[in-house]
Amino acid sequence: MKRVDIYRGWCKRCGICIAFCPKHVLEADKDGFPTVKDLEQCSGCKLCEIRCPDFAIVVSKDEEG
Amino acid sequence: MRETSHLVHKYLRPTMRFPHIWCPGCGIGIFMHALIRIIDRIGYSKDDVVLVSGIGCSGRLPVYVDFNTLHTTHGRALTFATGIKLAKPRLKVITIMGDGDGVSIGGNHLIHAARRNVEIASFIINNQVYGMTGGQCSPTTPYGARTTSSPYGNPEAAFDVSRLVEAAGATFVGRTTVYHTTLLDRLIEKALTKNGFAMVEVIAQCVTYAGRWLGLASPAEMMAWQRDNSVTVEKAKELNETELAGKTIIGVLADRERPTYNEECTKLRTQELKV
Repeated sequence: MKRVDIYRGWCKRCGICIAFCPKHVLEADKDGFPTVKDLEQCSGCKLCEIRCPDFAIVVSKDEEG
Repeated sequence: MRETSHLVHKYLRPTMRFPHIWCPGCGIGIFMHALIRIIDRIGYSKDDVVLVSGIGCSGRLPVYVDFNTLHTTHGRALTFATGIKLAKPRLKVITIMGDGDGVSIGGNHLIHAARRNVEIASFIINNQVYGMTGGQCSPTTPYGARTTSSPYGNPEAAFDVSRLVEAAGATFVGRTTVYHTTLLDRLIEKALTKNGFAMVEVIAQCVTYAGRWLGLASPAEMMAWQRDNSVTVEKAKELNETELAGKTIIGVLADRERPTYNEECTKLRTQELKV
């Protein structure tokens, strides 16, 4: 099972992660912060993590799951 | 939220306040992430890396990372870096400059560092505008573009940074955008491992100022613009001039071998001893 963690304290709500996710896993909440909409679809490509200018997203594999 | 370890946390200075000062969606953050990732992948020790920067938005980059860092005067990153490389040749010297920093006020240092072939990996983050001072036009602002200091359109032609450095004699020249993450990683790795002067021009978005004259409001739109207006070196060979108008050619533009400045200096020293 994959994990997508978003550090809201570092996120500046630029929207790059939401716009360029090839599987449309992320969406904006009412404040504009990215939230995980559909974790099942996540392929673990890490493009959101790589393109985040604020180091606010981490994609990892959950060992326990 | 459970703590997950992020690679960059290993390299950030714990004393610095985060989030960093760059605007939301700024391309410099994406480049900084890539640089840290590649330094970690190659396996340099923190003590063996020297990061030198000048003044500007990009000049803030070394402030955040836990290497040997130097925040120098405007445009003079390469001069300080040349001195470091000559004094301590075993160190990996990296310079981070912006287009306003490295190509205008530091333009002469850029071409002469390339001419001397000092073993420095230099990165020019080209956002086509003076970002920190309020969006004035820089040497890489496109012709006709409206900026704070060119409200009726820029009357000057833009510098092609990569071709300038290539002509000056750099052994490795590459150009990429921050959208093309795989190419960005590949070029950073090649520049860091090159024996000689290596320069990578990184086209990055300045959402706050450059975005205005492009008429693009969001960071995502600006990165989509980078995607749609870039052509790889291989594909550019098949296209004619009209098809290439307004496009940015990305990829490895030059990769050649030449004795480095340190090697030449060593040669001089040993010759003198024989006399």
